[in-house]
Amino acid sequence: MREIVRIPVEECLPTAAETLAAQGVPADRAPTEPVAETLREALDRFRELAAPVAIVSDVAATEFVAVYRGEGRNAHPSPLADIFPKAGRLLMFAVTIGGRVGDAISQLFAAGRFDLGYLLDAVASSGTDGLAQRLQENCAGHAPAGTVFLRYSPGYCGWDITGQRRLFAALRPEEIGITLRESCLMEPLKSVSGVMVAARAEDHRFDNSYPFCTECATRNCRDRIAAVELLAPTERK
Amino acid sequence: MELLNQIATSLQEGDEVRVAELTRQAVATKIPAKQTLDDGLIAGMNVVGRLFRDHEIFLPDVLLAARAMYAGLDVLRPLLASEKVPTQGKVVIGTIQGDLHDIGKNLVGIMLRGAGFDVIDLGNDVAPEKFVETATRENAQVIGMSALLTTTMTGMQRVVELLDAKGQRGRIKTIIGGAPVTAEYAREIGADGFGFDAASAVERVKELAAQ
Repeated sequence: MREIVRIPVEECLPTAAETLAAQGVPADRAPTEPVAETLREALDRFRELAAPVAIVSDVAATEFVAVYRGEGRNAHPSPLADIFPKAGRLLMFAVTIGGRVGDAISQLFAAGRFDLGYLLDAVASSGTDGLAQRLQENCAGHAPAGTVFLRYSPGYCGWDITGQRRLFAALRPEEIGITLRESCLMEPLKSVSGVMVAARAEDHRFDNSYPFCTECATRNCRDRIAAVELLAPTERK
Repeated sequence: MELLNQIATSLQEGDEVRVAELTRQAVATKIPAKQTLDDGLIAGMNVVGRLFRDHEIFLPDVLLAARAMYAGLDVLRPLLASEKVPTQGKVVIGTIQGDLHDIGKNLVGIMLRGAGFDVIDLGNDVAPEKFVETATRENAQVIGMSALLTTTMTGMQRVVELLDAKGQRGRIKTIIGGAPVTAEYAREIGADGFGFDAASAVERVKELAAQ
């Protein structure tokens, strides 16, 4: 399977609450009216400018060994190195909301509308994560029985960011407009790439006690694993 | 002074129209521009900064307040220039070569301006040489660098090395920040400061500029 998937903006549009939560605003703190109004404008701009698209491609575990190894800079041990050999299916993927949102953010900052620029950036970040999540959900039907997909990306969980080079060579997301700089930076910035691993819920579990976990700025692995376990409750025994 | 307190309060509320209007009133009533800046605009931003540090308000509120501050500054700028009012210092900022992430760097710039600094923003994908050349030419006290990728962080070390080679290290201080950057890394490459977030970066720049 190798497929380009266009996903409607509304399916990855975050809510105002999700956007604020991702920015560290506690759920019990209602935004002030000026912030709420600016956030509504940011959500409207996202709806107008985002062009969500994804590419997904099967990869055999034997082939993925070389993709994962990359340039030999991964942390050892790492969760993905333990999990992907047990996978029932591996899907490389890349998603982007396109470049127009990023251009608009730059223009807003240049014009002194940094409140709107910042919130549009926040909406776009949540929207891009939402797009990756939606792709993962859409692919659920492709997971072998008793397994669920969970995604991993270069730059996280011990998979060195230089792994992007092998991943790009294998996946070729240039087809949907994502390019890779020498520094392994993806353009458009609001893009996510990686691999979706279909495995049993218990195989997805890992302790966040790896050396790199202490420096992790994301720290959302617990929620991600919990979500997988909810999808496969029968596997929890 | 009541008018200056009103400016500070309106700024905290993010009311840019009111801040501009009150600042014009301050100018009309012959309050010195420096006093309006210090006791109105910067006083208001200091409160905003404290509330942000204490997690009583959040970044979007700070940015609305900053917009209001800029509205007031636009009114005062010609007077501050003609009265030759010095700024808190000059800071050159940018995202390091190979990296295009600039939201964090932009936030630092906005907050530094709000704290009364003169900021030269070189943008993103900035070569180490350009940081050093600009800071030297502009007589800046501090260079602030941001990186979001482990692959580009090394460019920050190059800036410190270039300053050293040109005999400018010590006179021009360096501060670094960004998701993969740590205080330990800052020490390792010889940077003078590390900003965990925009607010802490501004506090550290104040210290560095005062040295």
